[in-house]
Amino acid sequence: MSEKDNGVATATPKAGWDYAPAPETVKVSIAAKYGHFIGGKFVPPRGVGKGEPSHFATINPANEQTLAEVAQGTTADVDAAVSAAEKAGRAWAALPGAERAKYIFRLGRRVQERARELAVLETLDSGKPIKESRDVDVPLVAAHLFYHAGWADKLPYAFPGRQPRPVGVCGQVIPWNFPLLMAAWKIGPALACGNTVVLKPAETTPLTALRLAEIIEECELPPGVVNIVTGDGRTGAALVSHPGVAKVAFTGSTEVGKKIAGATAGTGKKLTLELGGKSANIIFEDASIDQAIEGIIAGIYFNQGEVCCAGSRLFVQESILDMVVRKLRHRLGSLRVGDPMDKNTDVGAVNSKQQLATIEKYVRIGAEEGADLHVGGGTPTGSNPWASVNGGFSKGYFCRPCFFTGVQPAHTIAREEIFGPVLSVMSFRTPEEAITRANNSPYGLAAGVWTDKGGKIFDIARQLKAGVVWMNTYNKFDPASPFGGFKESGFGREGGVQGLRGYVQL
Amino acid sequence: MSERMTVLKTYKLFIDGKFPRSESGRSMEVRTNAGDVHLCRASRKDLRDAVEAARRAQPGWARATAYLRGQILYRVAEMVEGKRRELAEAIAATGGKSAKAAKGRKTLSPEQEVTLAIDRLVHFAGWADKYAQVLGCNNPVAGPYYNFTVPEPMGVVAALAPDDRPLLGLVSVLAPAVVSGNAVVAVASSTHPIPAAIFAEACATGDVPGGVVNILTGDRSELLPFVASHRDIDGVIAINLSAAEGATLRKGVAENLKRVSIHEGVDLADKNTCEHPWWIEPLVEMKTMWHPASV
Repeated sequence: MSEKDNGVATATPKAGWDYAPAPETVKVSIAAKYGHFIGGKFVPPRGVGKGEPSHFATINPANEQTLAEVAQGTTADVDAAVSAAEKAGRAWAALPGAERAKYIFRLGRRVQERARELAVLETLDSGKPIKESRDVDVPLVAAHLFYHAGWADKLPYAFPGRQPRPVGVCGQVIPWNFPLLMAAWKIGPALACGNTVVLKPAETTPLTALRLAEIIEECELPPGVVNIVTGDGRTGAALVSHPGVAKVAFTGSTEVGKKIAGATAGTGKKLTLELGGKSANIIFEDASIDQAIEGIIAGIYFNQGEVCCAGSRLFVQESILDMVVRKLRHRLGSLRVGDPMDKNTDVGAVNSKQQLATIEKYVRIGAEEGADLHVGGGTPTGSNPWASVNGGFSKGYFCRPCFFTGVQPAHTIAREEIFGPVLSVMSFRTPEEAITRANNSPYGLAAGVWTDKGGKIFDIARQLKAGVVWMNTYNKFDPASPFGGFKESGFGREGGVQGLRGYVQL
Repeated sequence: MSERMTVLKTYKLFIDGKFPRSESGRSMEVRTNAGDVHLCRASRKDLRDAVEAARRAQPGWARATAYLRGQILYRVAEMVEGKRRELAEAIAATGGKSAKAAKGRKTLSPEQEVTLAIDRLVHFAGWADKYAQVLGCNNPVAGPYYNFTVPEPMGVVAALAPDDRPLLGLVSVLAPAVVSGNAVVAVASSTHPIPAAIFAEACATGDVPGGVVNILTGDRSELLPFVASHRDIDGVIAINLSAAEGATLRKGVAENLKRVSIHEGVDLADKNTCEHPWWIEPLVEMKTMWHPASV
């Protein structure tokens, strides 16, 4: 393939100038210490074992500084929260749908009013770029609340021929990659359908959920309708196994999801799971290549690749492989990695030290198994693959966006979820091969297809075993659009009319 | 005696469109008012063979047009209509509980059970080209995208019939799964399996492609743990299982996150309870597709 096919030089371009810093300047107040939000007010943790810490620190992953101390939820805390939710349940379910709706609308409005503050707090606690928390996460939080608010008095229309009833107390455990957005995904449909909630935010990202608790208080939601208990996995385990919980909703790893499935088996609890993925992004030779390149970048590097539906397996038709790799290298060079609070940052900090270690493990395995590493930021790939993606940052947890070529289907990085900005590039010859290889995974969360041929794109999309298929686009989200996986990526949907199903009895 | 000797029927398993005996060579005795009958007692390997056949058949069945799937299910109803007498006799012969009424439930004669089973097949046959219109939709997303959600088949579904009302129960778990493009491995009533074996003949002559419907007779409690742990079963539908059986089955969720849908306390004679698209909904996967709608 000649260079003039695409007009892109192989070397990473140097503009000869750099961006000036563009730091986000809004300051948010953060308390030194937080309790749980139970029964409509913040309460200190109870039942803390002797010698056990009652609180733990949540840090800013970009500079490793402590932001606040949050409570480690005990079984006594979970008990109290579930009781509060049970107590509030009857009146909440009996409230006319139109009235329930107005509470949720009010929440959505208040989120909009406090959007900037929430975005800043989210970026501080999670490490995601302010550009994303400001333009994606928080607007979607408000949109989800608005969307679901409107359902509260229309539920019979969602289930033709049935009379939907609430399930009861929902125990909801959410991850750290979209902390506030996941809270909205969980709370919105649960409340609209007349349920009450005990939510446990992720250990590393509790602050925006606690800020949402303040907003819930401001919006005068009846006490106990939403309760928020912070803590680590032990708190989550106590919540999902609590006998007062009628419905468990979990977003997180497939490993934990299976444990929850085992623990809830035979308890009569309703369960929805939104778990891991290793989603395929398939680029055909007849695609609009430059748009596809942007889709690949958005698919894997959005939110540092810490996205369950990340397009982490790229399948490129063989005839355009060299060109796509060249263009990807070029595009990697223009992604800005660094301070999440800088408005020009494309890739921020990895959420935690632990996650950074996971990514390191996979980058090393990828290189050891014989794949070729390509790194953004103009950093050469030396003999130490990890140093070339992680080197040069004095503080914080950073990983440059990168990709591997020469990946074989049996390679670890082609099979296991990395949850980082690491892409595995593979090639295929025929559409049949692309489909077979894309579907050859226990996961089935999402997929992408790129071709300008209409019939072909629908044929491929239909055959992909994935809950969300993005055709000539990737990583788009909307409250009206159901999200969730096939196979071991979980079951149940969130968003859209189908997302209500997990929160009603028919 | 000048009377002619009756030619008795041998009841066998139904796997991949064929009628094999159990690979294990085992059988089970079923008492009937016309004497004892020996049916195949399916083994774990029979289950595995049936799942493999279902897996092979499923993509073709899913690709068949909804119109065709509806036609074939309707054709099965026609075949059952033709076997009405044989089925009613089989239900009566084993003392199938159709004659008895659980508390508060309608009493059903064997003939009524067959009638309800035929009508249920026709009901679900009619859903073939409609359930996607009820369960799927267009989604008005906030952007220039065309976005829609369609229900797709789950894949291989295990369908567990209850012990009582052996024909109607089987049809009630099978029809919603088959009509939505799944391939099914059904386990018949353990106590009254003969109607299921006869129903298999209706499937075989009703143009159901081989492997799309597989029917095993045997001991449900023996097969249940293998259904639960089988990693190539995507979904399970069951009616009126005991709490212990339900728990065993749900343990399988932790294995490969198979979707387990157990309908409890179901009055099979009640059309309002048993004939609606929310029986299909747990057996499909919702796929949501986005495409830019801008140049």
